[in-house]
Amino acid sequence: MASLGYIREAPELEESPPALSSGALAWARANLFSSIGSTVVTIGCVALVAYLLPQVVAWATTRAIWSASNGAACRQHQDGACWAFVIAKWDYLRFGSYPIAERWRVDVVEAIGAALIIWLLWIHAPRRVLGALLFFVAYPILALILLHGSPWLGLPIVDTQLWGGIFVSLLTAVVGIVFSLPLGVLLALGRRSRLPAVRAASVVFVEFVRGVPFITILFMANNLLPLFVPETWTPDRLLRPLAGIIIFSAAYMAEEVRGGLQSLGKGQYEAAMALGLNYSRMTALVILPQALTLVIPGIVNNFIGLFMDTTLISLVGATDFLEAMNNAIKDPVWAGPTIMVTGYVFAGIFYFTFCFGMARYSAHVERILAKGRK
Amino acid sequence: MDRARANRSSWLNDQRVRGLVYQTLLLAGIAALACGAIYNAVVNMRARGIPMGFGFWNDVAGFDINLHLINYSNLSTYGRAFWVGLLNTLLIAVISIPLATLLGFVIGVARLSPNWLLSRFALVYTSIMRNTPLLLLLLFWYNAVLKSLPGPRQSISIGDVVFLNNRGLYLPMPVARDSAVWLLGAVLTAIAVAIRVCVWARRRQERTGAQTPTALVAAALLLGLPTAVTAVAGAPFAFDVARLSGFNLKGGLQIIPEMAALVFGLVTFTAAFIAEIVRAGVLAVPVGQSEAAGALGLHRGLSMRLVVIPQAMRLITPPLTSQFLNIVKNSSLAVFIGYPDLVQIFAGTVLNQTQAAVQVMAITMAVYLIISLTVALALNTFNARYALKGR
Repeated sequence: MASLGYIREAPELEESPPALSSGALAWARANLFSSIGSTVVTIGCVALVAYLLPQVVAWATTRAIWSASNGAACRQHQDGACWAFVIAKWDYLRFGSYPIAERWRVDVVEAIGAALIIWLLWIHAPRRVLGALLFFVAYPILALILLHGSPWLGLPIVDTQLWGGIFVSLLTAVVGIVFSLPLGVLLALGRRSRLPAVRAASVVFVEFVRGVPFITILFMANNLLPLFVPETWTPDRLLRPLAGIIIFSAAYMAEEVRGGLQSLGKGQYEAAMALGLNYSRMTALVILPQALTLVIPGIVNNFIGLFMDTTLISLVGATDFLEAMNNAIKDPVWAGPTIMVTGYVFAGIFYFTFCFGMARYSAHVERILAKGRK
Repeated sequence: MDRARANRSSWLNDQRVRGLVYQTLLLAGIAALACGAIYNAVVNMRARGIPMGFGFWNDVAGFDINLHLINYSNLSTYGRAFWVGLLNTLLIAVISIPLATLLGFVIGVARLSPNWLLSRFALVYTSIMRNTPLLLLLLFWYNAVLKSLPGPRQSISIGDVVFLNNRGLYLPMPVARDSAVWLLGAVLTAIAVAIRVCVWARRRQERTGAQTPTALVAAALLLGLPTAVTAVAGAPFAFDVARLSGFNLKGGLQIIPEMAALVFGLVTFTAAFIAEIVRAGVLAVPVGQSEAAGALGLHRGLSMRLVVIPQAMRLITPPLTSQFLNIVKNSSLAVFIGYPDLVQIFAGTVLNQTQAAVQVMAITMAVYLIISLTVALALNTFNARYALKGR
């Protein structure tokens, strides 16, 4: 009788998986050609890139003019960027009309500021409280003495009307953050206070500032501030937009910090009270350290907005980076159609690099914090 | 005795007493600041001969405005100039908000597309826009693009109907003929009938479960009826096309370059933020929702429309509203490119001419504040109505 059973004695030969189930081709099929519509979109996108990218690259590199002493060459070759213009104006774009012999002072202030900011933003850096103290207290004083000058120390005074360029953009943003963060914390605490008058004052201030455009705050700081102080004071022309930016950004900072305060569990407050801490100790030792760490991404995003908003201070006579660029473009030695496009593109790259870098940092911190809270 | 001492020291430590003291101190401080500011303002304004009241409101303005929706000439009053500026600000908002919303939703959906390239394109767009100052975009479009266009005699034209030159964009202006009344009637009738059909179809579906192709019926009504009426009654509009006369284009609907740059800049900038809001809103709807919709047999489009989007809208609406407010507030950047909005006309020219800084700034800020607070109020009502009811 023939055997009815079948027993396999050798294993089946191993075969590689179907070509389209893994690897680059499978990825392409799933993500680029999953349907007819998707295929059409993919082909359209590739065609667009193939058409535009070579032109943009050629405009920025091979057809661009890299060195020239004036705008004549750039006026002749209008199919490429004129980087020579940016190179020639680089010092002006950085310092404005700050006296050439004194520009090292700006460099020093920028270097110290950069070091302190890295210290603060590096989550695992040692002694960050000391860094914060230096940045929020010592650094502003040092920067003021160095930038403005002090005859005692043998540093000639440089009038703020001469300040300009990237350095004023950075200065405005940093002053904005240094003063608006503490103010914003106070306002946020005030808004959550159980004292009605304190709460009302904070709410009115924050909602008023957030309800009007930044430009009107700048106009107010520029036109009304001199009227509201005794006639002999006459606030400095650069101080007025700075006051405006502090007021403006404090309101937005307050909302950011309030979000952090709200996301803390009630248990934190109750535990602190159960330990017998009074309000100021509870706030300083338990609540703020946690809330402020939580809102670091928000604060950085706020700073990005603040940095972009500094472009508006040119309206009241300050020379920020964009205004310096505008002035440089109008220089008759260089003026020409490609100069303007080059100038604005360069300004765009500058702001983008700065803001995009910070945005990436803020996303990174957010991921770290999310990990810690899981 | 111990008890008495505890009571005696307690009124200093009493929270209510302390609270009252703190609040009194704060209010006194604010009052002192305000009084000082007002006193200084009065002294300074007297010394500089700045007008104190609102008398300037009815004075002759004496300057021209190149875009006015209501009658205005340089003989009109400052008050009239204020209304012209306010209407111009609102005009920008009314044009930009729908465009930015539309573009933002398109880019947001592209960002969520299963097509990797399309999603990258959307990502690059939003990254660039969100990290570049709006002012830079405006200056680029206005100075480097629109102002560098050829003059009227060398206009770029599309079929001799639409013209683009450094004085602006010229579109054909529709001029209503008598038969336009019939068209209007046809459109209104079509809308009314379409609404009736939708209501009837919904009732029928609730009663019997049978579906009606309402979209098809509505489209047929809205397109068919006006077309039929137009065919019978004749063309409802004549088009006034711009034509070259002398050194300039005459006629047509001219959109000044300032306005084109402002709308274009605001729309492209804000759309990036709206796209991110849309994306976050859709992603925040749990996957289980669309899986459940799929299990019920809804295909992708229907599950998006009936299940995911309605839930995402609850999350999208509040930040979307604040983007609308940002458009209104950011339109004040008009002052940099010379579009005659509220800030440029009123807080700029009128302030400089009258020197009445306090009054002018108070009015300008009040206008923006009223707009913001009204919208915030409407949003709160919306939230109260549509927020998830607690379980």
